[in-house]
Amino acid sequence: MNGRRSFLRGFFAVLLSGGAIEGVLKLFPSKAHAKEAPRTGAWYGYGVSVDKCIGCARCMDACKNENNVPKEPFFVRTWVERYIIRKNGQTTVKAIAPGDEATPETVSDKRILRSFFVPKLCNQCANPPCVQVCPVGATFQTEDGVVLVNEKTCIGCRYCIQACPYGARYLHPVSHTADKCTFCYHRISQGKLPACVEVCPTQARVFGDLNAAASPMSRFLRMNKIHTLKPGLNTEPKAYYANLDGEVR
Amino acid sequence: MNPELIRSLQELLPQIQGYIYPNEIEIHWGLLIVVYPYITGVVAGAFILASLVKVFNVKEVQPLYRLSLLTALAYLLVAPMALVSHLGHPERFYEILLTPQTSSAMAMFGFVYAWYLMAVLLLEIWFVHRTDMIDMAERSKGATRLLYRALSLFSRDKGERAVAFDHKALKVITIVGIPSAFLLHGYVGFIFGSIKANPWWSSVLIPIVFLFSAIVSGIALVVLLYMIITPLTGGKINMKCVDKSVDFLFYAVIVDFSLEMVDFIHRVYQSEEEIKILSEMVMSKLFSSLIIIQVLLGMLIPLLLISLTKIFKKRFSLNEDMRKMVYFISVILIQFGIFATRWNVVIGGQLFSKSFRGLTTYKMGFGGIEGLLYAIFLLALPIAILFVLLKLLPPWKELREEGEVGTEAAGAGV
Ligand code: SF4
Ligand code: SF4
Repeated sequence: MNGRRSFLRGFFAVLLSGGAIEGVLKLFPSKAHAKEAPRTGAWYGYGVSVDKCIGCARCMDACKNENNVPKEPFFVRTWVERYIIRKNGQTTVKAIAPGDEATPETVSDKRILRSFFVPKLCNQCANPPCVQVCPVGATFQTEDGVVLVNEKTCIGCRYCIQACPYGARYLHPVSHTADKCTFCYHRISQGKLPACVEVCPTQARVFGDLNAAASPMSRFLRMNKIHTLKPGLNTEPKAYYANLDGEVR
Repeated sequence: MNPELIRSLQELLPQIQGYIYPNEIEIHWGLLIVVYPYITGVVAGAFILASLVKVFNVKEVQPLYRLSLLTALAYLLVAPMALVSHLGHPERFYEILLTPQTSSAMAMFGFVYAWYLMAVLLLEIWFVHRTDMIDMAERSKGATRLLYRALSLFSRDKGERAVAFDHKALKVITIVGIPSAFLLHGYVGFIFGSIKANPWWSSVLIPIVFLFSAIVSGIALVVLLYMIITPLTGGKINMKCVDKSVDFLFYAVIVDFSLEMVDFIHRVYQSEEEIKILSEMVMSKLFSSLIIIQVLLGMLIPLLLISLTKIFKKRFSLNEDMRKMVYFISVILIQFGIFATRWNVVIGGQLFSKSFRGLTTYKMGFGGIEGLLYAIFLLALPIAILFVLLKLLPPWKELREEGEVGTEAAGAGV
């Protein structure tokens, strides 16, 4: 009898001490995942100057070539949206494709209020819902703040695709695992720029370490009014947009 | 590369309305994921029906006790199949069990499932049938004898004390079982309800709605099975039992319906950013599956039919066949309604773009893992398993507790 009682006491002691509580806390992402920038080391971010994008789609081509993304338009790591906002309030959005017929000239069309291009990609959220939901931890956040997928352990359940509010993920039709923008992790770890940033002719795309004192990235953040996509969802995106229109979701 | 997938996606392109993100053209959770919550719902519901007998002492429903336990088991065995076969890498499924990530709702599946199967359902079924299995082993020979011996885990004690212990154990298991059943299906609802990216899913009510629709589907299915199996095996339907079960079913449908109405009114009244695209979706893509099948055929008409038997009690109490028919039609309609509910949640949640600017279409395949044939197979499989279970652990004696005809000994029939 005594033995059992002391066993129970020990059992509850373990429950009450760290072990169990930590497990429960892990359910709450804000407590478990470090989302503040680490004080040392890099913490990567991305900048998009909406006004500079001319919709040439070279970034999309470059990305597909660099990262073995299937050529079909249903699988993209980065894409560019064209917005046309009319005076009657009607907004037309389209994802442009490389080799699209030229965008209609809109300046002389008096029914059009404004039109612009918005490059999109994975926001490498600091508080990423895709990481939270992955049942096997195949989607994870690196020390430098990039969210990656381990294609060797991903089971292809697609939960992360459902959980991403930005449509940044797809299931790779060859590997049958989740795939998305990696900031070209293989390039940036060698000190190069992501392929899309390198190829952009107007420097609408900026990349760099958010912690660095002087870099195109920190300059971008200093010189512009910044907005992020769907900030209400508390994903804390690290893709920062300059001159973003309110119509963009 | 998968040319078939590409072709089917290409076919979808012209059907897109408005703007959707390029990656959203492919619907990621298809028919299999519709089948999955449907099946777990039946499990939870059937178990709760069984618990009515043991915990709440509803004597009338006693004939359905074993049948509902076995139904729950048959469906529970099939549930993971739907889940595993939809994976991109089914062969890696064990990773969920070995290296689960605690922050993921989906990763808890293994634990919730194992707990429910091992700690609740199998245990309860074993205790219920223990003495029967011993009897059966004594009565049979050869391999069958060995089978029952093994099934009873080689226990032979039929003494008073052992039987009393069985009863006590059953009480405890059922009491643990009810919250477990709630957990199982509430959990399935949480998988959807916790996705903040998707306003169609993201709602605190979803787990609760799932739960009540589970109770509805489970009771309706067991009653349906009972009404089919009993005459087929030469028994007589015990109307007292059916009346009582349908009573519970009736209230469950009312609660389910009210919850869904609350959810609906809440959404419309709050009228947030996504309301426009959602109402467009409901009025076009989901009109027949949501308004017609789920609400009208699956809830309102059965509610009306059953209320008729209550309002015109005198007339109906005289005419048992009429009542039987009304019940029979109602439970079938309810099954379709619940399946449509699952469809509307799972597929509906993926038909609108997270840009809230457009709608896409789901094209169901016929063959293949994501196709209709396989889904029908998965839906039929539990019935086949149930058939085997009924052979193995025949509930006939109990099923006919108060039926006059067909008092054959246990083991006959089917
Ligand atoms: S944008 Fe989507 S895929 Fe990228 S980190 Fe955020 S949630 Fe994950
Ligand atoms: S698809 Fe892969 S990366 Fe995404 S949640 Fe499932 S296992 Fe994780």
